[in-house]
Amino acid sequence: MEHASFIIGSWAITVVAVGAYVVWTVRRGRALARLATKEEMPWT
Amino acid sequence: MDGGPAVRRGAVARAVAAKDLRVERGSRVVTNQVAPFALVVMVMFAFALDNEGILERVAPGLVWLATLFSMLVVVQRSFAVESADGALDALRVAGVDPAAIFLGKSAALMVQLFALEVLLVAAAFVLYGVDPSAAGWAEAFVTMAAATVGLGFVGTLYGGLAAGARGRETLLPLLLLPVVAPVLIGATRATEAAFGSGGASVSEGWPWIGLLAVFAVVFGAAGSAAFGPLVDE
Amino acid sequence: MTLPAPQTSHDAGTGTPATRVLGAVVVVLCTLLTLSGLWWSAEDVVQGSTVRIMYVHVPSIWTAYMAFALTAVCSAVWLAGKSRSFAWDRVAGASAEIGVLFVAVSLVTGSLWGRLTWGTYWVWDARLTSTAFLFITYVGYLAVRRLDGTVRQRARRSAVLALLAVLEIPLVHFSVRLWRSLHQEASVADPNAQVKLDGLMLFTLFLGLVAFTALFVWLLLHRQRVLHLEDTVAGRGLDDAIAARRGEAAN
Repeated sequence: MEHASFIIGSWAITVVAVGAYVVWTVRRGRALARLATKEEMPWT
Repeated sequence: MDGGPAVRRGAVARAVAAKDLRVERGSRVVTNQVAPFALVVMVMFAFALDNEGILERVAPGLVWLATLFSMLVVVQRSFAVESADGALDALRVAGVDPAAIFLGKSAALMVQLFALEVLLVAAAFVLYGVDPSAAGWAEAFVTMAAATVGLGFVGTLYGGLAAGARGRETLLPLLLLPVVAPVLIGATRATEAAFGSGGASVSEGWPWIGLLAVFAVVFGAAGSAAFGPLVDE
Repeated sequence: MTLPAPQTSHDAGTGTPATRVLGAVVVVLCTLLTLSGLWWSAEDVVQGSTVRIMYVHVPSIWTAYMAFALTAVCSAVWLAGKSRSFAWDRVAGASAEIGVLFVAVSLVTGSLWGRLTWGTYWVWDARLTSTAFLFITYVGYLAVRRLDGTVRQRARRSAVLALLAVLEIPLVHFSVRLWRSLHQEASVADPNAQVKLDGLMLFTLFLGLVAFTALFVWLLLHRQRVLHLEDTVAGRGLDDAIAARRGEAAN
Protein backbone atom coordinates (compact mmCIF):
# COMPACT_ATOMS: atom_id res chain seq x y z
CA MET A 1 0.00 0.00 0.00
CA GLU A 2 1.60 3.25 -1.09
CA HIS A 3 1.57 6.22 1.28
CA ALA A 4 0.97 3.70 4.05
CA SER A 5 2.21 6.09 6.73
CA PHE A 6 -0.39 8.73 5.84
CA ILE A 7 -3.20 6.21 5.60
CA ILE A 8 -2.37 4.33 8.78
CA GLY A 9 -1.71 7.68 10.39
CA SER A 10 -5.17 8.96 9.50
CA TRP A 11 -6.86 5.88 10.83
CA ALA A 12 -4.69 5.91 13.94
CA ILE A 13 -5.50 9.55 14.68
CA THR A 14 -9.20 8.79 14.33
CA VAL A 15 -9.05 5.73 16.55
CA VAL A 16 -6.89 7.38 19.20
CA ALA A 17 -8.91 10.60 19.37
CA VAL A 18 -12.27 8.85 19.52
CA GLY A 19 -10.92 6.16 21.83
CA ALA A 20 -9.53 8.69 24.26
CA TYR A 21 -12.89 10.45 24.37
CA VAL A 22 -14.69 7.14 24.95
CA VAL A 23 -12.37 6.21 27.79
CA TRP A 24 -12.62 9.62 29.40
CA THR A 25 -16.42 9.67 29.20
CA VAL A 26 -16.87 6.18 30.62
CA ARG A 27 -14.41 6.79 33.44
CA ARG A 28 -16.01 10.10 34.36
CA GLY A 29 -19.37 8.38 34.36
CA ARG A 30 -18.14 5.69 36.71
CA ALA A 31 -16.51 8.19 39.06
CA LEU A 32 -19.66 10.29 39.34
CA ALA A 33 -21.94 7.26 39.56
CA ARG A 34 -20.09 6.15 42.67
CA LEU A 35 -21.30 9.31 44.38
CA ALA A 36 -24.83 9.25 43.06
CA THR A 37 -28.03 7.79 44.41
CA LYS A 38 -30.40 5.57 42.47
CA GLU A 39 -32.82 8.48 41.95
CA GLU A 40 -30.10 10.54 40.34
CA MET A 41 -29.50 7.85 37.73
CA PRO A 42 -32.83 7.42 35.95
CA TRP A 43 -31.38 5.06 33.36
CA THR A 44 -30.85 2.30 35.92
CA MET B 1 -49.64 60.54 25.36
CA ASP B 2 -48.47 56.96 25.06
CA GLY B 3 -47.12 56.44 21.57
CA GLY B 4 -46.91 52.70 21.96
CA PRO B 5 -44.03 50.29 22.55
CA ALA B 6 -42.11 51.28 19.44
CA VAL B 7 -41.92 54.87 20.56
CA ARG B 8 -40.85 53.85 24.03
CA ARG B 9 -38.23 51.54 22.62
CA GLY B 10 -36.88 54.31 20.40
CA ALA B 11 -36.74 56.75 23.28
CA VAL B 12 -34.95 54.26 25.52
CA ALA B 13 -32.51 53.36 22.78
CA ARG B 14 -31.73 57.01 22.15
CA ALA B 15 -31.22 57.59 25.86
CA VAL B 16 -28.87 54.59 26.17
CA ALA B 17 -26.91 55.68 23.10
CA ALA B 18 -26.64 59.22 24.38
CA LYS B 19 -25.47 57.98 27.76
CA ASP B 20 -22.73 55.83 26.23
CA LEU B 21 -21.52 58.65 24.01
CA ARG B 22 -21.59 61.07 26.92
CA VAL B 23 -19.43 58.68 28.93
CA GLU B 24 -16.98 58.52 26.05
CA ARG B 25 -16.95 62.30 25.69
CA GLY B 26 -16.09 62.54 29.37
CA SER B 27 -13.48 59.82 29.56
CA ARG B 28 -12.13 60.09 26.00
CA VAL B 29 -10.90 56.50 26.08
CA VAL B 30 -11.57 55.93 22.40
CA THR B 31 -9.99 59.17 21.27
CA ASN B 32 -7.02 59.03 23.62
CA GLN B 33 -6.28 55.32 23.71
CA VAL B 34 -8.01 53.31 21.05
CA ALA B 35 -7.39 55.66 18.13
CA PRO B 36 -3.66 55.87 18.82
CA PHE B 37 -3.64 52.07 19.18
CA ALA B 38 -5.28 51.74 15.77
CA LEU B 39 -2.71 54.09 14.23
CA VAL B 40 0.13 52.17 15.86
CA VAL B 41 -1.26 48.98 14.34
CA MET B 42 -1.22 50.63 10.90
CA VAL B 43 2.39 51.65 11.39
CA MET B 44 3.39 48.20 12.58
CA PHE B 45 1.86 46.67 9.46
CA ALA B 46 4.30 48.82 7.47
CA PHE B 47 7.21 47.54 9.56
CA ALA B 48 6.13 43.95 9.02
CA LEU B 49 5.38 44.17 5.31
CA ASP B 50 8.27 46.44 4.36
CA ASN B 51 7.29 46.97 0.73
CA GLU B 52 5.35 49.97 -0.51
CA GLY B 53 3.86 48.19 -3.47
CA ILE B 54 2.53 45.40 -1.29
CA LEU B 55 1.31 47.85 1.34
CA GLU B 56 -0.73 49.75 -1.18
CA ARG B 57 -2.12 46.51 -2.57
CA VAL B 58 -3.21 45.14 0.81
CA ALA B 59 -4.17 48.47 2.35
CA PRO B 60 -7.91 47.65 2.41
CA GLY B 61 -7.32 44.45 4.35
CA LEU B 62 -5.05 46.24 6.80
CA VAL B 63 -7.59 48.99 7.42
CA TRP B 64 -10.28 46.46 8.29
CA LEU B 65 -8.00 44.28 10.37
CA ALA B 66 -7.00 47.32 12.39
CA THR B 67 -10.69 48.18 12.71
CA LEU B 68 -11.58 44.74 14.03
CA PHE B 69 -8.75 44.66 16.56
CA SER B 70 -9.72 48.12 17.78
CA MET B 71 -13.34 47.06 17.95
CA LEU B 72 -12.47 44.39 20.51
CA VAL B 73 -11.16 47.10 22.79
CA VAL B 74 -14.08 49.46 22.21
CA VAL B 75 -16.64 46.70 22.88
CA GLN B 76 -14.93 45.70 26.10
CA ARG B 77 -14.99 49.35 27.11
CA SER B 78 -18.68 49.67 26.24
CA PHE B 79 -19.55 46.98 28.77
CA ALA B 80 -16.92 47.78 31.36
CA VAL B 81 -18.74 51.08 31.73
CA GLU B 82 -21.92 49.19 32.56
CA SER B 83 -20.51 46.99 35.28
CA ALA B 84 -18.71 49.97 36.81
CA ASP B 85 -21.87 51.87 37.60
CA GLY B 86 -24.41 49.07 37.40
CA ALA B 87 -26.52 51.03 34.95
CA LEU B 88 -27.33 48.03 32.79
CA ASP B 89 -28.47 45.98 35.75
CA ALA B 90 -30.61 48.84 36.98
CA LEU B 91 -32.26 49.11 33.59
CA ARG B 92 -32.92 45.38 33.44
CA VAL B 93 -34.37 45.28 36.94
CA ALA B 94 -36.64 48.17 36.00
CA GLY B 95 -38.06 45.97 33.25
CA VAL B 96 -36.71 47.96 30.34
CA ASP B 97 -36.99 46.22 26.99
CA PRO B 98 -33.60 44.58 26.36
CA ALA B 99 -33.95 45.16 22.63
CA ALA B 100 -34.00 48.89 23.33
CA ILE B 101 -30.80 48.63 25.34
CA PHE B 102 -29.30 46.55 22.55
CA LEU B 103 -30.20 49.10 19.87
CA GLY B 104 -28.96 52.01 21.95
CA LYS B 105 -25.61 50.46 22.78
CA SER B 106 -25.20 49.30 19.18
CA ALA B 107 -25.80 52.83 17.94
CA ALA B 108 -23.18 54.28 20.27
CA LEU B 109 -20.73 51.60 19.22
CA MET B 110 -21.43 52.34 15.55
CA VAL B 111 -20.65 56.02 16.03
CA GLN B 112 -17.32 55.27 17.70
CA LEU B 113 -16.37 52.61 15.16
CA PHE B 114 -17.23 54.86 12.22
CA ALA B 115 -15.01 57.60 13.61
CA LEU B 116 -12.17 55.07 13.94
CA GLU B 117 -12.67 53.85 10.39
CA VAL B 118 -12.54 57.37 8.98
CA LEU B 119 -9.26 57.84 10.83
CA LEU B 120 -7.86 54.56 9.51
CA VAL B 121 -8.84 55.26 5.92
CA ALA B 122 -7.19 58.67 6.21
CA ALA B 123 -4.11 56.92 7.60
CA ALA B 124 -4.12 54.51 4.64
CA PHE B 125 -4.29 57.51 2.31
CA VAL B 126 -1.30 59.11 3.99
CA LEU B 127 0.82 56.11 4.99
CA TYR B 128 0.10 53.50 2.32
CA GLY B 129 -0.34 55.78 -0.66
CA VAL B 130 -3.82 54.72 -1.71
CA ASP B 131 -5.35 57.21 -4.09
CA PRO B 132 -9.00 56.56 -4.92
CA SER B 133 -11.09 58.43 -7.46
CA ALA B 134 -14.08 60.49 -6.37
CA ALA B 135 -16.36 57.53 -7.05
CA GLY B 136 -13.97 55.42 -5.05
CA TRP B 137 -14.19 57.73 -2.05
CA ALA B 138 -17.97 57.58 -2.25
CA GLU B 139 -17.92 53.82 -2.37
CA ALA B 140 -15.48 53.66 0.52
CA PHE B 141 -17.80 55.83 2.56
CA VAL B 142 -20.81 53.61 1.81
CA THR B 143 -18.76 50.51 2.61
CA MET B 144 -17.77 51.93 5.97
CA ALA B 145 -21.37 52.77 6.79
CA ALA B 146 -22.69 49.34 5.81
CA ALA B 147 -19.93 47.45 7.61
CA THR B 148 -20.20 49.58 10.73
CA VAL B 149 -23.89 48.87 11.20
CA GLY B 150 -23.28 45.12 11.22
CA LEU B 151 -20.21 45.40 13.43
CA GLY B 152 -22.11 47.55 15.90
CA PHE B 153 -24.89 44.98 16.24
CA VAL B 154 -22.63 41.96 16.49
CA GLY B 155 -20.12 43.64 18.80
CA THR B 156 -22.85 44.63 21.23
CA LEU B 157 -24.43 41.19 21.15
CA TYR B 158 -21.33 39.16 21.88
CA GLY B 159 -19.80 41.91 23.97
CA GLY B 160 -22.72 41.65 26.33
CA LEU B 161 -22.16 37.93 26.68
CA ALA B 162 -18.43 38.28 27.25
CA ALA B 163 -18.73 41.17 29.66
CA GLY B 164 -18.03 40.85 33.33
CA ALA B 165 -15.49 39.37 35.60
CA ARG B 166 -13.52 36.17 35.81
CA GLY B 167 -12.00 35.34 32.51
CA ARG B 168 -14.92 36.24 30.33
CA GLU B 169 -13.24 39.12 28.53
CA THR B 170 -10.79 36.76 26.87
CA LEU B 171 -13.78 35.00 25.38
CA LEU B 172 -14.70 38.01 23.25
CA PRO B 173 -12.09 37.59 20.48
CA LEU B 174 -12.83 33.86 20.20
CA LEU B 175 -16.57 34.45 19.86
CA LEU B 176 -16.57 37.66 17.85
CA LEU B 177 -13.85 37.31 15.22
CA PRO B 178 -15.28 34.22 13.51
CA VAL B 179 -18.70 35.84 13.39
CA VAL B 180 -17.40 39.02 11.71
CA ALA B 181 -15.59 37.07 8.99
CA PRO B 182 -18.25 37.97 6.41
CA VAL B 183 -17.78 41.65 7.27
CA LEU B 184 -14.01 41.36 6.93
CA ILE B 185 -14.34 39.62 3.57
CA GLY B 186 -17.06 41.92 2.25
CA ALA B 187 -15.64 45.20 3.51
CA THR B 188 -12.14 44.40 2.29
CA ARG B 189 -13.32 43.42 -1.20
CA ALA B 190 -15.52 46.50 -1.44
CA THR B 191 -12.70 48.73 -0.22
CA GLU B 192 -10.34 47.14 -2.73
CA ALA B 193 -12.79 48.11 -5.43
CA ALA B 194 -13.05 51.62 -3.97
CA PHE B 195 -9.28 52.09 -3.75
CA GLY B 196 -8.60 50.41 -7.07
CA SER B 197 -6.19 47.96 -5.42
CA GLY B 198 -4.89 45.29 -7.74
CA GLY B 199 -6.72 46.85 -10.66
CA ALA B 200 -10.19 46.38 -9.19
CA SER B 201 -12.86 48.67 -10.58
CA VAL B 202 -15.32 50.58 -8.43
CA SER B 203 -18.30 48.67 -9.83
CA GLU B 204 -17.01 45.39 -8.39
CA GLY B 205 -17.58 46.59 -4.87
CA TRP B 206 -21.34 46.95 -4.87
CA PRO B 207 -22.23 43.25 -4.51
CA TRP B 208 -19.99 43.12 -1.46
CA ILE B 209 -21.76 46.11 0.00
CA GLY B 210 -24.94 44.11 -0.52
CA LEU B 211 -23.44 41.31 1.57
CA LEU B 212 -22.63 43.82 4.31
CA ALA B 213 -26.20 45.07 4.25
CA VAL B 214 -27.58 41.54 4.58
CA PHE B 215 -25.25 40.90 7.51
CA ALA B 216 -26.39 44.11 9.20
CA VAL B 217 -30.07 43.29 8.80
CA VAL B 218 -29.66 39.69 9.99
CA PHE B 219 -27.76 40.63 13.11
CA GLY B 220 -29.86 43.67 13.84
CA ALA B 221 -32.93 41.46 13.98
CA ALA B 222 -31.27 38.47 15.64
CA GLY B 223 -29.43 40.65 18.11
CA SER B 224 -32.57 42.45 19.22
CA ALA B 225 -34.17 39.12 20.04
CA ALA B 226 -31.10 37.41 21.45
CA PHE B 227 -29.57 40.19 23.55
CA GLY B 228 -31.97 39.80 26.47
CA PRO B 229 -31.63 36.02 26.96
CA LEU B 230 -27.92 36.08 26.23
CA VAL B 231 -27.00 38.78 28.70
CA ASP B 232 -29.49 37.95 31.43
CA GLU B 233 -27.84 37.23 34.74
CA MET C 1 -27.50 16.34 57.68
CA THR C 2 -26.74 12.87 56.38
CA LEU C 3 -25.33 12.28 52.93
CA PRO C 4 -27.28 9.89 50.71
CA ALA C 5 -25.74 6.43 50.61
CA PRO C 6 -23.31 6.19 47.70
CA GLN C 7 -23.29 3.33 45.25
CA THR C 8 -21.23 0.42 46.40
CA SER C 9 -21.62 -1.58 43.23
CA HIS C 10 -18.38 -1.48 41.31
CA ASP C 11 -19.84 -1.45 37.84
CA ALA C 12 -22.16 1.48 38.49
CA GLY C 13 -21.80 3.93 35.67
CA THR C 14 -23.59 5.39 32.71
CA GLY C 15 -24.06 2.04 31.00
CA THR C 16 -27.23 0.03 30.63
CA PRO C 17 -27.92 -3.30 28.92
CA ALA C 18 -29.09 -1.36 25.87
CA THR C 19 -25.89 0.65 25.57
CA ARG C 20 -23.82 -2.45 26.05
CA VAL C 21 -25.58 -4.10 23.13
CA LEU C 22 -25.14 -0.95 21.07
CA GLY C 23 -21.51 -0.81 22.06
CA ALA C 24 -20.98 -4.36 20.87
CA VAL C 25 -22.65 -3.49 17.56
CA VAL C 26 -20.35 -0.47 17.20
CA VAL C 27 -17.27 -2.60 17.81
CA VAL C 28 -18.39 -5.13 15.20
CA LEU C 29 -19.18 -2.44 12.62
CA CYS C 30 -15.89 -0.65 13.19
CA THR C 31 -13.95 -3.87 12.88
CA LEU C 32 -15.68 -4.63 9.60
CA LEU C 33 -14.98 -1.08 8.47
CA THR C 34 -11.30 -1.41 9.26
CA LEU C 35 -10.99 -4.70 7.45
CA SER C 36 -12.92 -3.47 4.45
CA GLY C 37 -11.31 -0.05 4.34
CA LEU C 38 -7.71 -1.03 4.80
CA TRP C 39 -7.63 -4.48 3.25
CA TRP C 40 -10.54 -5.95 1.35
CA SER C 41 -11.52 -2.98 -0.81
CA ALA C 42 -9.50 -2.25 -3.91
CA GLU C 43 -7.50 0.86 -4.64
CA ASP C 44 -9.04 3.65 -6.64
CA VAL C 45 -8.11 3.99 -10.30
CA VAL C 46 -7.37 7.69 -9.97
CA GLN C 47 -6.49 8.23 -6.33
CA GLY C 48 -4.77 4.98 -5.58
CA SER C 49 -4.67 4.02 -1.97
CA THR C 50 -5.30 7.57 -0.70
CA VAL C 51 -9.00 6.85 -1.08
CA ARG C 52 -8.66 4.73 2.04
CA ILE C 53 -8.42 7.91 4.08
CA MET C 54 -11.89 8.81 2.83
CA TYR C 55 -13.35 5.89 4.73
CA VAL C 56 -12.65 7.67 8.02
CA HIS C 57 -12.67 11.26 6.80
CA VAL C 58 -16.14 11.36 5.23
CA PRO C 59 -17.92 9.56 8.11
CA SER C 60 -16.18 11.94 10.55
CA ILE C 61 -17.45 15.11 8.95
CA TRP C 62 -20.87 13.54 8.45
CA THR C 63 -21.04 12.76 12.16
CA ALA C 64 -20.00 16.30 13.00
CA TYR C 65 -22.76 17.80 10.83
CA MET C 66 -25.29 15.45 12.42
CA ALA C 67 -24.08 16.40 15.89
CA PHE C 68 -24.31 20.15 15.29
CA ALA C 69 -27.73 19.80 13.69
CA LEU C 70 -28.91 17.96 16.79
CA THR C 71 -27.46 20.70 18.99
CA ALA C 72 -29.41 23.30 17.07
CA VAL C 73 -32.65 21.31 17.24
CA CYS C 74 -32.34 20.64 20.97
CA SER C 75 -31.50 24.28 21.59
CA ALA C 76 -34.58 25.41 19.68
CA VAL C 77 -36.80 22.93 21.50
CA TRP C 78 -35.48 24.00 24.88
CA LEU C 79 -35.98 27.69 24.15
CA ALA C 80 -39.40 27.30 22.63
CA GLY C 81 -40.89 24.44 24.56
CA LYS C 82 -42.96 24.47 27.68
CA SER C 83 -41.32 21.37 29.10
CA ARG C 84 -38.01 23.08 29.71
CA SER C 85 -36.38 19.90 30.86
CA PHE C 86 -32.66 20.45 31.10
CA ALA C 87 -32.15 17.15 29.36
CA TRP C 88 -32.53 19.06 26.08
CA ASP C 89 -29.71 21.35 27.13
CA ARG C 90 -27.51 18.45 28.15
CA VAL C 91 -28.05 16.63 24.88
CA ALA C 92 -27.28 19.85 23.01
CA GLY C 93 -24.04 20.24 24.94
CA ALA C 94 -22.98 16.61 24.62
CA SER C 95 -23.77 16.63 20.93
CA ALA C 96 -21.75 19.80 20.33
CA GLU C 97 -18.79 18.32 22.17
CA ILE C 98 -18.88 15.18 20.03
CA GLY C 99 -19.25 17.40 16.96
CA VAL C 100 -16.11 19.35 17.83
CA LEU C 101 -14.20 16.10 18.27
CA PHE C 102 -15.23 14.81 14.85
CA VAL C 103 -14.65 18.12 13.06
CA ALA C 104 -11.13 18.17 14.47
CA VAL C 105 -10.54 14.60 13.32
CA SER C 106 -11.93 15.38 9.87
CA LEU C 107 -9.79 18.50 9.51
CA VAL C 108 -6.67 16.49 10.35
CA THR C 109 -7.51 13.49 8.14
CA GLY C 110 -8.62 15.81 5.35
CA SER C 111 -5.35 17.68 5.63
CA LEU C 112 -3.38 14.46 5.32
CA TRP C 113 -5.47 13.45 2.31
CA GLY C 114 -4.86 16.86 0.79
CA ARG C 115 -1.11 16.48 1.25
CA LEU C 116 -1.21 13.31 -0.81
CA THR C 117 -3.66 14.52 -3.43
CA TRP C 118 -2.85 18.22 -3.86
CA GLY C 119 0.63 18.32 -2.41
CA THR C 120 -0.30 20.77 0.35
CA TYR C 121 -1.72 20.36 3.83
CA TRP C 122 -4.17 23.20 3.36
CA VAL C 123 -5.92 25.08 0.58
CA TRP C 124 -8.08 28.16 1.01
CA ASP C 125 -11.12 26.75 -0.66
CA ALA C 126 -14.65 27.45 0.49
CA ARG C 127 -15.45 24.13 2.07
CA LEU C 128 -12.25 23.74 4.07
CA THR C 129 -12.32 27.33 5.29
CA SER C 130 -15.95 27.04 6.32
CA THR C 131 -15.18 23.80 8.15
CA ALA C 132 -12.41 25.52 10.07
CA PHE C 133 -14.90 28.22 11.04
CA LEU C 134 -17.40 25.59 12.11
CA PHE C 135 -14.75 24.16 14.42
CA ILE C 136 -13.86 27.52 15.96
CA THR C 137 -17.49 28.51 16.40
CA TYR C 138 -18.34 25.43 18.43
CA VAL C 139 -15.15 25.64 20.45
CA GLY C 140 -16.49 29.04 21.44
CA TYR C 141 -19.88 27.47 22.20
CA LEU C 142 -18.25 24.93 24.52
CA ALA C 143 -16.27 27.69 26.22
CA VAL C 144 -19.47 29.62 26.92
CA ARG C 145 -21.03 26.48 28.44
CA ARG C 146 -18.21 26.47 30.97
CA LEU C 147 -18.93 29.97 32.23
CA ASP C 148 -20.10 30.48 35.80
CA GLY C 149 -23.77 30.45 36.45
CA THR C 150 -26.76 28.29 37.16
CA VAL C 151 -27.78 25.39 34.95
CA ARG C 152 -30.65 27.52 33.71
CA GLN C 153 -28.35 30.39 32.71
CA ARG C 154 -26.02 28.00 30.96
CA ALA C 155 -28.91 26.41 29.08
CA ARG C 156 -30.27 29.78 27.99
CA ARG C 157 -26.95 31.23 26.85
CA SER C 158 -25.93 28.08 25.01
CA ALA C 159 -29.27 27.68 23.29
CA VAL C 160 -29.22 31.26 22.01
CA LEU C 161 -25.62 30.87 20.92
CA ALA C 162 -26.39 27.65 19.06
CA LEU C 163 -29.22 29.32 17.16
CA LEU C 164 -27.00 32.31 16.36
CA ALA C 165 -24.52 29.78 14.97
CA VAL C 166 -27.26 28.43 12.68
CA LEU C 167 -27.53 31.98 11.30
CA GLU C 168 -23.87 32.76 11.26
CA ILE C 169 -22.42 29.64 9.68
CA PRO C 170 -24.32 29.83 6.39
CA LEU C 171 -23.40 33.52 6.20
CA VAL C 172 -19.74 32.71 6.67
CA HIS C 173 -19.91 29.84 4.20
CA PHE C 174 -21.64 32.00 1.60
CA SER C 175 -19.14 34.83 2.05
CA VAL C 176 -16.19 32.49 1.78
CA ARG C 177 -17.65 30.85 -1.32
CA LEU C 178 -18.19 34.22 -2.96
CA TRP C 179 -14.66 35.16 -2.01
CA ARG C 180 -13.06 32.00 -3.36
CA SER C 181 -15.04 32.13 -6.58
CA LEU C 182 -13.00 35.21 -7.44
CA HIS C 183 -9.88 33.12 -7.56
CA GLN C 184 -9.80 30.49 -10.26
CA GLU C 185 -8.46 27.51 -8.42
CA ALA C 186 -6.41 24.97 -10.26
CA SER C 187 -8.52 21.94 -10.99
CA VAL C 188 -5.99 19.73 -9.28
CA ALA C 189 -6.98 21.43 -6.02
CA ASP C 190 -10.68 21.03 -6.59
CA PRO C 191 -12.12 19.20 -3.61
CA ASN C 192 -15.44 18.95 -5.37
CA ALA C 193 -14.03 16.45 -7.80
CA GLN C 194 -16.09 13.46 -6.79
CA VAL C 195 -14.31 10.19 -6.84
CA LYS C 196 -16.41 7.60 -8.59
CA LEU C 197 -16.82 4.85 -6.05
CA ASP C 198 -18.63 1.65 -6.77
CA GLY C 199 -18.86 -1.89 -5.60
CA LEU C 200 -17.04 -2.70 -2.40
CA MET C 201 -15.63 0.80 -2.11
CA LEU C 202 -19.07 2.40 -2.06
CA PHE C 203 -20.25 -0.23 0.38
CA THR C 204 -17.28 0.53 2.64
CA LEU C 205 -18.16 4.21 2.62
CA PHE C 206 -21.75 3.49 3.61
CA LEU C 207 -20.51 1.07 6.23
CA GLY C 208 -18.40 3.87 7.59
CA LEU C 209 -21.40 6.20 7.79
CA VAL C 210 -23.47 3.57 9.59
CA ALA C 211 -20.67 2.64 11.98
CA PHE C 212 -19.93 6.25 12.89
CA THR C 213 -23.62 7.03 13.33
CA ALA C 214 -23.98 4.13 15.77
CA LEU C 215 -20.84 5.31 17.52
CA PHE C 216 -22.28 8.83 17.71
CA VAL C 217 -25.46 7.55 19.36
CA TRP C 218 -23.48 5.48 21.84
CA LEU C 219 -21.23 8.43 22.72
CA LEU C 220 -24.20 10.77 23.01
CA LEU C 221 -26.06 8.50 25.40
CA HIS C 222 -23.07 8.15 27.68
CA ARG C 223 -21.92 11.75 27.53
CA GLN C 224 -25.33 13.25 28.24
CA ARG C 225 -25.74 10.89 31.19
CA VAL C 226 -22.38 12.07 32.48
CA LEU C 227 -23.57 15.67 32.09
CA HIS C 228 -26.73 14.74 34.01
CA LEU C 229 -24.55 13.40 36.81
CA GLU C 230 -22.37 16.49 36.71
CA ASP C 231 -25.43 18.68 37.13
CA THR C 232 -27.03 16.67 39.94
CA VAL C 233 -24.09 15.25 41.89
CA ALA C 234 -21.80 18.24 41.52
CA GLY C 235 -24.63 20.56 42.50
CA ARG C 236 -25.38 18.40 45.50
CA GLY C 237 -21.78 18.58 46.59
CA LEU C 238 -22.10 22.32 46.95
CA ASP C 239 -25.33 22.05 48.92
CA ASP C 240 -23.74 19.51 51.27
CA ALA C 241 -20.72 21.72 51.81
CA ILE C 242 -22.94 24.66 52.64
CA ALA C 243 -25.04 22.55 54.99
CA ALA C 244 -21.93 21.20 56.67
CA ARG C 245 -20.58 24.71 57.13
CA ARG C 246 -23.86 25.80 58.69
CA GLY C 247 -23.72 22.79 60.97
CA GLU C 248 -20.27 23.84 62.11
CA ALA C 249 -21.36 27.41 62.73
CA ALA C 250 -24.26 26.26 64.86
CA ASN C 251 -21.95 24.32 67.19
